[in-house]
Amino acid sequence: MFNDWKPVIGLEIHAQLNTKSKIFCNDSTEFGKGDNQNISPVSLGMPGALPVVNKMAIENSIKTGLALNSEIRRKSVFSRKNYFYPDLPKGYQISQFDEPICEGGFVEFYVDDEKVRVGITRAHMEEDAGKSTHHGDYSLINLNRAGIPLLEIVSEPDIKSPAHAAEYARTIRQILKYLDVCDGNLEEGSLRCDCNVSVMKKDATEYGTRVEIKNINSFRFVEKAIEYEISRQIEVIESGGEIFQETRLFDSTKNKTYSMRKKEQAHDYRFFPDPDLLPVIISEEWIDRVKSTLPELPKDMAERFQSEYKIPKYDALVLTQEKALAEYFEDVAKESGNAKSASNWVMVELQRELNDKKLSIEKSPISSSRLAELIKLIDGKVISGKIAKKVFGIMLTEDKNPDVIVKEQGLVQISDSGAIEKMVDDVIAASPNQVEQYKAGKDKLFGYFVGQIMKASKGQANPEMINKLLKEKLK
Amino acid sequence: MSDIINLTAKEIHSGILSKKFKATEVMQSFLDQISAKDKELNSFISLNDKAMEQAQKVDDKVSSGKNIGALGGVPVAIKDMLCTKDLKTTAGSKMLENFIPPYSATVVNKLEASGAIIIGKCNQDEFAMGSSNETSYFGACKNPWDTEYVPGGSSGGSAVAVAARMAPISIGTDTGGSIRQPASFCGVVGIKPTYGRVSRYGIVAFASSLDQAGPFSRTIEDSTLVLESICGHDEFDSTTSSKEVLPWSTKLNDKVEKIKVGLPKEYFEGGLDEDVKKSIDIAKDALKEMGCEFVEVSIPHTKYSVPIYYIIATSEASSNLARYDGVRFGYRANFDDKPAADLIDFYCRNRGEGFGTEVKRRISLGTFTLSSGYYDAYYKKACQVRSLLKQDFEKSFKDCDIILSPVTTTPAFKIGDRISDPITMYKNDIFTTSTNLAGLPGLSLPVTLSKDKLPIGVQLTASAFNESKLLQVAHQMEQLISFKEKPANV
Repeated sequence: MFNDWKPVIGLEIHAQLNTKSKIFCNDSTEFGKGDNQNISPVSLGMPGALPVVNKMAIENSIKTGLALNSEIRRKSVFSRKNYFYPDLPKGYQISQFDEPICEGGFVEFYVDDEKVRVGITRAHMEEDAGKSTHHGDYSLINLNRAGIPLLEIVSEPDIKSPAHAAEYARTIRQILKYLDVCDGNLEEGSLRCDCNVSVMKKDATEYGTRVEIKNINSFRFVEKAIEYEISRQIEVIESGGEIFQETRLFDSTKNKTYSMRKKEQAHDYRFFPDPDLLPVIISEEWIDRVKSTLPELPKDMAERFQSEYKIPKYDALVLTQEKALAEYFEDVAKESGNAKSASNWVMVELQRELNDKKLSIEKSPISSSRLAELIKLIDGKVISGKIAKKVFGIMLTEDKNPDVIVKEQGLVQISDSGAIEKMVDDVIAASPNQVEQYKAGKDKLFGYFVGQIMKASKGQANPEMINKLLKEKLK
Repeated sequence: MSDIINLTAKEIHSGILSKKFKATEVMQSFLDQISAKDKELNSFISLNDKAMEQAQKVDDKVSSGKNIGALGGVPVAIKDMLCTKDLKTTAGSKMLENFIPPYSATVVNKLEASGAIIIGKCNQDEFAMGSSNETSYFGACKNPWDTEYVPGGSSGGSAVAVAARMAPISIGTDTGGSIRQPASFCGVVGIKPTYGRVSRYGIVAFASSLDQAGPFSRTIEDSTLVLESICGHDEFDSTTSSKEVLPWSTKLNDKVEKIKVGLPKEYFEGGLDEDVKKSIDIAKDALKEMGCEFVEVSIPHTKYSVPIYYIIATSEASSNLARYDGVRFGYRANFDDKPAADLIDFYCRNRGEGFGTEVKRRISLGTFTLSSGYYDAYYKKACQVRSLLKQDFEKSFKDCDIILSPVTTTPAFKIGDRISDPITMYKNDIFTTSTNLAGLPGLSLPVTLSKDKLPIGVQLTASAFNESKLLQVAHQMEQLISFKEKPANV
């Protein structure tokens, strides 16, 4: 893809852990509150204020670590990362340095039909900083985010392409959402993604200089930004230039990255263990308890759907993209006893409707059991597939069971052979030309007769019986 | 009512309870003493203008027969390191000259819950960095025994307030001797509890792994009452212990049997100052009379205690003091006349103008010892030696129950004598810093006067969380030694 160059890509994903209160105090984590509403002496870094770690943040980190196949450190340590910035109230960020809570691990996902594995280096807990906004000759600071719990998940630099990077990020988000440890909302900043990119010759043994790209707020942009950055780096090197270690920002309107600062300052964060916090000691019992609450993960679920419900891999992957969708599908499949049909209805009709209305599956106007009912009506030959679509349309707006709708609207399939025979006879009598042509060998016209009969029955005639009778009569 | 100020906290409390005098009379007596003496001594940075009002509430409770708490009506002076809601808290610094905290330290809340009334906030070395109270932005505090001398530091004001009868009890903080040394210099009792006994929440942080608040008083019993009120687990400080706080004050007279008193040989090598030696001899006599046995113990890493203390304390301080940036609270330089060139300029002017020389010196030292390339050689190494020092003490406490030692190498020195010589000033902390590094409980008990008529105390140290024995031994020594001297002028 890049001639004799090979990109080296690693991602740092900052996931906001779902907790009611901040990581080191009781301030609320609620999004969208007025500026500086979720603050107390601790968030403000007041003299004498001390941090006390939120147990839920630790538990969510353990959960994530287990799902990422990481080793959970029985003892991890909070350290101070010292630097000055106006929205960093204490003048240091409490983070984890040489003893993070999760070490090692991997995730797997599919790109096209290829199974890809990306290694996890580590995941560590830290607090978020506040937010500065600049207004000409003054700046404002909102500390609502200061102290929001984050888990920074660092991948190995073994991602091979921009597409893999984006899919890796999607997979991490999917896992976090399955675990219910992060809402994965990129717009609200509860998931942020920094990309480290360098390039090297395919036969080289040493890595090139690494550039960090920040400020990417969609997975599509992860791919675009890395793509641009790889080409930029190759171009710079091939034209005799040099890559500097720097932080670049992605401009999604121009599809370009640009340097954040002219000159990169060498940071010395003076990390040292935070004396205000004891080491985090995690017992075997705690890990076992968390393990027992782990939900089935998307990859396992997709594999199970293929074997248990005999649906194609593609369907299984689509249906497991979101946990709620997967659960919805499974409910429909189980209740209807027809997984293939359940998968089709969920993936095609229902998804289309949800996408149009921008609804999440949780807000679906049709419950899983009603959709299962509908499938059972088709399978029980009470209505035809065509009528089912009509019923489905009514179900979207009317809060009624499908069988009620079928009854009310008189949509029950006509399986009375006498009635159908009459319709068949009428159509044949009314179409002498077509009958002649059909008999002369124009087989395609069979569909025409079926269509006419269906029309006459307002779609309610049992199609199998139409076929059978029609074939007999046209012999 | 001039004799009220000579009463102990216990006597004041029972006098109020038995309606011998009123809490308002008590408060007025101490406020009068402050008016009379503190212009010269400078032990208070600010006074609580609600003190009389709060005393009145205690009197109301007494007359309606309501519970007033274990320290009900007792005035307490608080070092200006402890946040007091709605009361200025300066940490002795220009940086916080006008800082009014929106919350109180846990210690302050606990004292108030026990009925004690804050009389005022005490002078101290800036951010508790000093051993003489001379680094205070609010001027040096003076030793009431002789105003040419320093009262010690950093909790100088808290020691002076008690010594000069401006408060029966006070609270200080001790990071490397900041309670025990001024207690010794001022002839009062000063106790640093085991690290983790007292919540640090709301106390301006100097060195988080060493800081511990504790009481000053004129008797061990009074300090014990204060400890019973302020010790205990705090949900806002994860480093506090959940070890039970016992009713120590009821056990002070329990017979201490077969107590072994350890004398660390390293402390006595090279001989002691004549006055200091006298204090140790008096203490030994008392302990002998109590039937104690003396054993020689060894703290081989003593010689490293001052250097590692100054590495660890300054490293932590450099980070703890980063929050004073002029953004959210505290001193901000005048940018109206000369706008900040950039963010760095903004910080440099706020911090450059807001901090004093000693604070800047320590921030610089600590920033250096934490920086990459030096971290392993200084901070990490110091932490390793700290563990060894801790082990020295653990080993010693297998052979003894209490360690007896001097508090400082000399009695109080003159104001101005050492302020330009930080190394000599730092070396003065040789006997006290080890206790903080090892996290142990220690106290200073006044014993005698030097040839210059300055008080000298001795230091007793116990194993971690063994306050019970420490207080019993000290209390019983106190009865035997019977140090009754008081500054001539008060």
